Amino acid sequence: MSKYKAVIGIEMHCELKSNSKVFSAARNEFCELPNSNVAPLDMAFPGTLPRLNLKSVHDALKMALVLNCKIPNYMYFDRKNYYYPDLPKGYQITQNTEPVGINGSIQIPYQNKTKTVYIHDIHLEEDSASLEHYFDATLIDYNRSGVPLLELVTEPCFNSADEVLAFLEYIKTVYQYCDISEADLKKGQIRCDVNVSIMDNEATKLGTKVEIKNVNGFGNIVEAINYEIKRQSELKDASRYDEVLQETRRFDEDTGLTLRMRSKVDAIDYKYFVEPNIPKYQITDEYLEKIKAEIPELPLARRKKYIDIYHLNETDTTILIKDKDISNYFEECLKLNIDAKTAANWIISSIMGYLNKTDQNIKDIYLTPQRLKDLLSYIIAKTISSKQAKEIFIKVLEEKKEVKEFINTENCQNSNKDELETIINNILENNPKQIEDYHNGKTNLFDYFVGQVMKETKGKANPLLTKEILKAKLN
Amino acid sequence: MTYMNKTLKEIHTALKNGEVSSKDLITEALTKSKEVQKKCNAFVTILDEVEDCDVTDNLLSGIPYGAKDNYSTKGILSTGSSNTLKDYVPFFDATVIAKLKKAGAVMVNKTALDEFGMGGTGTSAHTGIIRNPWDITRMCAGSSAGSAAAVSSGVYPYALGSDTGDSIRKPAAYCGIVGYKPSYGMVSRYGLFPYASSLDHCGVLSRCVEDAAIVIDNIKGKDPFDMTSWDSQNIHLEESLNGQVKGKKLCYIKEICDINNYPEATDELKEHLENFQKTLNICRSLGMIVEEVSIDKDLLQAEPAVYIVLSYAEATSNLSNLTGIIFGPRGEGKNFEEMVMDHRTKGFSPLIKRRFVIGSYVLQKENQEKYFKNAQRVRRLLVDAWKNLFKTYDGVIMPVGSGPAKHLDGAKDLLTKDTEVLEEHLQIANFGGFPSITIPNGFINNLPVGINITGNCYDDANVLNIAYALESKMNYKNMIAGDVR
Repeated sequence: MSKYKAVIGIEMHCELKSNSKVFSAARNEFCELPNSNVAPLDMAFPGTLPRLNLKSVHDALKMALVLNCKIPNYMYFDRKNYYYPDLPKGYQITQNTEPVGINGSIQIPYQNKTKTVYIHDIHLEEDSASLEHYFDATLIDYNRSGVPLLELVTEPCFNSADEVLAFLEYIKTVYQYCDISEADLKKGQIRCDVNVSIMDNEATKLGTKVEIKNVNGFGNIVEAINYEIKRQSELKDASRYDEVLQETRRFDEDTGLTLRMRSKVDAIDYKYFVEPNIPKYQITDEYLEKIKAEIPELPLARRKKYIDIYHLNETDTTILIKDKDISNYFEECLKLNIDAKTAANWIISSIMGYLNKTDQNIKDIYLTPQRLKDLLSYIIAKTISSKQAKEIFIKVLEEKKEVKEFINTENCQNSNKDELETIINNILENNPKQIEDYHNGKTNLFDYFVGQVMKETKGKANPLLTKEILKAKLN
Repeated sequence: MTYMNKTLKEIHTALKNGEVSSKDLITEALTKSKEVQKKCNAFVTILDEVEDCDVTDNLLSGIPYGAKDNYSTKGILSTGSSNTLKDYVPFFDATVIAKLKKAGAVMVNKTALDEFGMGGTGTSAHTGIIRNPWDITRMCAGSSAGSAAAVSSGVYPYALGSDTGDSIRKPAAYCGIVGYKPSYGMVSRYGLFPYASSLDHCGVLSRCVEDAAIVIDNIKGKDPFDMTSWDSQNIHLEESLNGQVKGKKLCYIKEICDINNYPEATDELKEHLENFQKTLNICRSLGMIVEEVSIDKDLLQAEPAVYIVLSYAEATSNLSNLTGIIFGPRGEGKNFEEMVMDHRTKGFSPLIKRRFVIGSYVLQKENQEKYFKNAQRVRRLLVDAWKNLFKTYDGVIMPVGSGPAKHLDGAKDLLTKDTEVLEEHLQIANFGGFPSITIPNGFINNLPVGINITGNCYDDANVLNIAYALESKMNYKNMIAGDVR
């Protein structure tokens, strides 16, 4: 697209899951009603003090471990001082001196291969309030004020918007697999700042870095990056690269353009210093070991396993690992010794279709992996046909009853050899002409006999067994 | 018959015996408050109606007290003596206030202070200058000026104060009463309007050591709302006051206490330091060992600057919530910046603004290493020097200030640079979070002067017991302003 090499770094903010906010007892929960989840600290009433949420610290350390970061010996926080209407205290409690993790790296799947992404640091902080702008007023909602936020800062190690997208998609699933965040884009739980510069392909010196602040939504991030690469490349082509300034821009969703906010010269001095109200405490090795033990199998590892061991194809694998709950369901099926491909087919074609239609989570449906296994066992035993299985599948889900409740004489295949022989003998006796024609070479009459048996049994005769008996009798 | 000039135990006994009711005490305290308000301008709020409390076995039950106006009090105006909060009525109680409520103590007024605790004169409250009840041409010192004036006037037996530099212990000395700042974190700061969080302490002003101990026993303890608070269940201050101090070791610092350090010493200063030596002899007569020690003079002289850099820096950040957007009078302006600027320009006194400018300056990226970080390092050196003394000594005993209360008209006092450390050394107890208590130890020109004992962290009971023993050997216990002793 461009003859220049783009160099991109990401600051990814993700809201964490927890009962209460990171420094107050107010509930941390997405809430439509403004200013309903607010403790005195969240509005900075005089005399309030922060109370550190240890669950958030725990989750931050877990993510730092997932990202293979160096963990500091002590946990403490800093104040980032600046005035803004969404920041009631006039400072944000964050980590500047000793982030919860530094110098990490993680493998991500990218175009059927893996790519290593380098992590500068990851730190725990509090979210700001949210502002709603109207033509003559701005409203402040403090529900989000103090929600735990993890900021992940990558090294400038991406060269395209696609790589960035793959990273964001992957980290999103990692957050979900580790149960650290819902990582729900619709709820605005992920927001990014993007740093973009371009350079000649052979150059060693990085170009001028432009920061695009607070881009919401992966689509917008891709668009913003591509626009910025194009903008910078065009200026460079026109020998006007000096017009690319080290500055902060914002992305305008309506036009798809990036617009200047402030230059580097106007950069804010945040006057960081250590937060005195949260005493420093030691992060012990035992504690880290305990957290390490809680880290689940990550999506990349599952991906490898599905492809290498279970021989699933790329497409199916991608679908299965994308959602933690679906992947867990599949894992459960594997544990029950359900054939991997069969399980994958059922999940992707039947179950996910049903989930979409009914807007449910796979964790909540009545057809548990065990019940899926029950259903499949009847197919294997040839008690029911695949077509019948599909019908029973829906019934189990809707009526919430065990599979066996739907296996009865009504819908069962007739596999009783003696019964079928009697029926077949009768048919043969009543069709001497057809038998003669068959023996004279009209072999397609075999299907006629099968059809007669089906008619007689209302379609319940086991087709394989029927054919077997017929073949024996006719030949 | 008046009761508010008595000790807590005396009043409690009178209540228990039915000599007097909680209601009578409240009436007395409110009447006295109004007198003191006229004379000293000590209060931001005197409550109109106060409900009396049941008298229980708790020594504080049914007895009036005052709270410095930088404590958050539910439903009661809490201004921090600042125009930025001039109409602010909190919806929650500070932990300390809640604990006193639970003990059955009765708050009757809110005392004025130097705006948000910043200032050592009692002259920067938004309600005006606070005057010393011993001599209204003199200051109480600050910032707990209103609390000191009220307690020494006999409005009630004790008042809450807060102490970031010496804001309890210096006004106590100037007003002839006891001022006690416990170890950092022993009393929760939740609901105390912050000045400099790493230096801020809650504490009490009273007329005797025993009353100070009783009050802190009631308000100390680990608080889930203050992460710096700690469990002190095993510390029982009042029970520990046995007066047994034989063999205890005290030291004083030559570079601060020796008259030869001050070639231009005024008569008051000479008298103050002589009186200090007399008090040391009383200590010795109690069987204590008192020794002179030396501390590097350069280190000591850095102390006032360290305090300025650290406390102003923290204050700049701590008071950034005062924008007039959520609470406080809304500023005028076309946008957020203008509204905040208007609110803060009108709301803060010039003294505080000056401190904000300095605080911001020392935190700026290019200055932080030189000023803020270096100040932190010197703080550590000073704390280590004191901790080193505590390896040998139970406490450091020192004179408070350079004499009695200063004149409100500053021209009447000669201030020289060489007494700076003598004036400010109590701040070291804030650097280290050390328990520190001031008690009166004499008179100069008919005005009280004080002496301070500071000990190691968590050693509050020991420090208080030494002060208690010394107090009992001197004639300045339970003084009311105007008393002649």
